[in-house]
Amino acid sequence: MFLLGKGGVGRSTLAATLGLLAARQGRRTIVVEVSGRGDVPRLFAAKARTGVESELAPGLWTLDVDPRQALEEYLHDQLPLRVIADLLGSSTTFGIVAAATPGLREMLTIGKIWELSQPKRRVRGAAPYDVVVVDAPATGHGLALLDAPRTFASAAAVGPIARQGRRIAATLRDRSLTALVAVATPERAAVDELIGLRRALGGSLDAEIVNGVAAARFSAADAAALRDAGERPALAPETRHALAAAIAAESRSRAQRRQLARLDAPLELPLILARELGLRELEQLADALAAAA
Amino acid sequence: MSAERAQFGGRLCICVGAGGVGKTTVAAAIACLRASQGERVAVVTIDPAPRLAQALGLDELSGEPRRVPGAGELWAMRLDPKRTLDELIASLAPNDQARERALSNRIYRELSGAVAGSQEFSAVAKLYELNRDGGFDAIVLDTPPSRNALDFLDAPARLTHFFEGRALRLLLAQGSLATRAASRAGAPLLGLLGRLTGAGVLREITAFFTAIAGMVDALAERAAAVQALLRDPATGFVLVTSPKREAVEEAIAFAEELRRAHLTLAALVVNRVHGLEAVAAERSALEALLGARLAGLVAAQSRELEALGAADLAALERLREAFGGLEPVLIPDLGDEIEDLDGLARIGRYLERSPNGTSPSAAQ
Repeated sequence: MFLLGKGGVGRSTLAATLGLLAARQGRRTIVVEVSGRGDVPRLFAAKARTGVESELAPGLWTLDVDPRQALEEYLHDQLPLRVIADLLGSSTTFGIVAAATPGLREMLTIGKIWELSQPKRRVRGAAPYDVVVVDAPATGHGLALLDAPRTFASAAAVGPIARQGRRIAATLRDRSLTALVAVATPERAAVDELIGLRRALGGSLDAEIVNGVAAARFSAADAAALRDAGERPALAPETRHALAAAIAAESRSRAQRRQLARLDAPLELPLILARELGLRELEQLADALAAAA
Repeated sequence: MSAERAQFGGRLCICVGAGGVGKTTVAAAIACLRASQGERVAVVTIDPAPRLAQALGLDELSGEPRRVPGAGELWAMRLDPKRTLDELIASLAPNDQARERALSNRIYRELSGAVAGSQEFSAVAKLYELNRDGGFDAIVLDTPPSRNALDFLDAPARLTHFFEGRALRLLLAQGSLATRAASRAGAPLLGLLGRLTGAGVLREITAFFTAIAGMVDALAERAAAVQALLRDPATGFVLVTSPKREAVEEAIAFAEELRRAHLTLAALVVNRVHGLEAVAAERSALEALLGARLAGLVAAQSRELEALGAADLAALERLREAFGGLEPVLIPDLGDEIEDLDGLARIGRYLERSPNGTSPSAAQ
């Protein structure tokens, strides 16, 4: 399952939430990041370790994919000559090789993600996962990630990577195996990106999820009454501020509804009012998501 | 010079911080404020929201400063890091042929994605040029969202290192030896990669270093000049954050990097703070005004806002603790997207009201 969408819309939080839901249902699940930021382990107050599969909760694992390490792994598997992998370990070398080979970075990342989902793992002794939730990079890069196997297979018509590219592309195309989920906040820019994403994927998304939807407390008539009240003379400052805040909330909620209306039956998740997100808030979100779906 | 003017950078003001904290907006507001104080100001933004771009007269891609209508001597430009790097390479190339060879090389074309810091380098390189040639009193630079502060600070050095490419040249030398002694393990690495990927990696890499060979010295020189500019006492960094936990931790780490690199932290701006105004109205007063039902809704709204405010207050405490004497400048959550000059001026009023008129040198 790939989560796509604009930066800052809560993809990582949602990836963790979906991971938690799947793990609750007894499926061995891994949440994959490709950012190097360790957002997912932080939600579970766990230490981030790039390139290491680690368990966050019973049945719920996480991995931050490092393309360079994925290449080493791949080479070790294909050609067990340690010295080659070690030479590639130099970041300058990798930078140049990756630059010389457009899409290599994405290809290695998606290759690793695919590997996680296979019944027979390339990593020695590693158990396969039932569900792989991918916190994909922001929109454009996310699409490049999904597209990499196909473009790679067509650019390099022969060779082992082209062969693997075709296999991965087939898995991604098979919508009984791969789900594409778009995430947005109820704001214009994020919704614009989601719609662009849907178009770029040929109109097919498995779900559209909107994060941080504010409670719609006030009707238009309420707003008018609030405005009238705000114009009375001699109001206490707190009262004036409370009224102004309510009016602002009504207009924000109306703007959010307008954005939601542009989407195709979106799943709405509420704004979480917590000092910081942790397991408890994720559980809340998981419940909300289970209820919405 | 007034205190608040000193606080938002000296001659060069570099706005840094995590993505999604409103850095572009704050940079534009600082530039607006300084222009309103009579300075000739350039604001260099990376990726403004469409309406902000429109407000700044930047709805078309523009690599040169344009005068913003109705804002005094405010000039704005949108930075295209890729194009900036192209221009730099073009200006450093010894002749037309060398320039074409470098710009059309596939490695070069993929460079911005491949080498961490090349976007950041382009941004500071542009700053350097504007500073040298632009005739501005002040330049405000919005920077690409950095995952790592070091990307920004080390970018000049790292890019030079990349262009010099010592490690890779060594590999290439090994590669050519290996064609004679093909069995030596490890040597045909690049050829092997070429076979695995089906791409002409080796050929491209050789071509890249040939193309760039004549420019390495000039580029290293420019990188050194840019590095010196970053350290100039007239250059101040404005750290922008939101009260969100990740952004706060990133800001603290960023400030630490700045300190270690002996760079000047001029101001800390916290954007989108909730609860700066008390909303705990008397329930009876609300009921008298609105009736029981609507008063209840307003009270619920106020409670939600107070919860957000409490969370933000904790974030501010954490920041104050980490930043010691540097009092953060607070900008409230203004709700709607800032989309015009009036909106920027609104933010400017909060910037102007900033708590302590610390001058950049005193803030260190």
